[in-house]
Amino acid sequence: MYTPSPNFSWGKVGMGARGASRAAGACPMNTNVGIVIVSHSPDVAKGAADMVRQMVGDDVPLAWCGGAPGGGLGTSVEAIMAAIDRAWSEAGVAILVDLGGAETNSEMAIEMLPDERRDRVVICNAPVVEGAVMAGTEASAGSSLEHVRRTAEELRAA
Amino acid sequence: MDQTTLKQLIVAVAESVIAHAEELTTLDQAIGDGDHGLNMKRGFEAVLAEVDKTSALPPSDALKAAGMALVMKVGGASGPLYGTLFMGLGKAWPATVDQAGLADAFTAAIDAVKARGKSEPGMKTMLDVLVPLAAELRNGADLAQLRATATAAADATVPMKAIRGRASFLGERSVGHMDPGARSSSLILHAIADVLEEQHVA
Repeated sequence: MYTPSPNFSWGKVGMGARGASRAAGACPMNTNVGIVIVSHSPDVAKGAADMVRQMVGDDVPLAWCGGAPGGGLGTSVEAIMAAIDRAWSEAGVAILVDLGGAETNSEMAIEMLPDERRDRVVICNAPVVEGAVMAGTEASAGSSLEHVRRTAEELRAA
Repeated sequence: MDQTTLKQLIVAVAESVIAHAEELTTLDQAIGDGDHGLNMKRGFEAVLAEVDKTSALPPSDALKAAGMALVMKVGGASGPLYGTLFMGLGKAWPATVDQAGLADAFTAAIDAVKARGKSEPGMKTMLDVLVPLAAELRNGADLAQLRATATAAADATVPMKAIRGRASFLGERSVGHMDPGARSSSLILHAIADVLEEQHVA
């Protein structure tokens, strides 16, 4: 089973998310569903996460990642797995993705999680920014993972 | 398969993809997001960096390791897709390496790619090259026939309308361009054939 190497370098990509999810580490947040934002662009991912954080404060475990392994636009399975870990909640984690590769790499990351976590992570079929805000708001109310996902995905019909 | 051949195959495939990165990117700029060449280059550079370690493994484990390197390093959808292909081949690698056994393993790996990409042949993807190749392999085709099939199958994606992947956003406008994933699959087959033909001559 794959585990991220301890010396894996985040460069400038992931530190913000790590800081953001740790900033609220003092209060127990693992009862609400966690949110992970995955974009090809670290700027988009961080911006969406900032919006969610402003909406829901520290009530929701939140992490983001963006950029290909080694830099440039893209997504990284290793970074997605690490983001899921940072946003981990016993209630599960909802992932918001932007374009195709982000979805495929997120599916791959979920498959590589330990057995006990794999079934508690879902990808929301929703626009990344709006979906993240809706999912985060729903998660902050203590809703179940399935409910969080449905709320994000209701945006599709709008 | 001996380890020298295994190493030659890995190196040849990686070098071919890396050498054609610009062409793949140009194809992808026409109908995708223009990152296929760059992503595949990054992935196969990672495969190449580990080739001494990888080629010392039994073929099934070597294929799984190469696939995992692609999954972790490519950065786009082609990472999980090609990674799944190679890992699937490794998983299904036959105890006795003959053409029927290889065809079975290849078919199992392609099924995994179909599931990963939620795709089928006819949607203007790498499957439009892989699936005909598996059929030819099962029919007992030789290397020359496999080469011809790969080239023709990649060419046949030109008039197709994309149904999966980024190119599907373009709808009708995807018609008239070769699918970059079909092209990279064809390149890989030709690189494999280069090595095996050289061995037959030697």
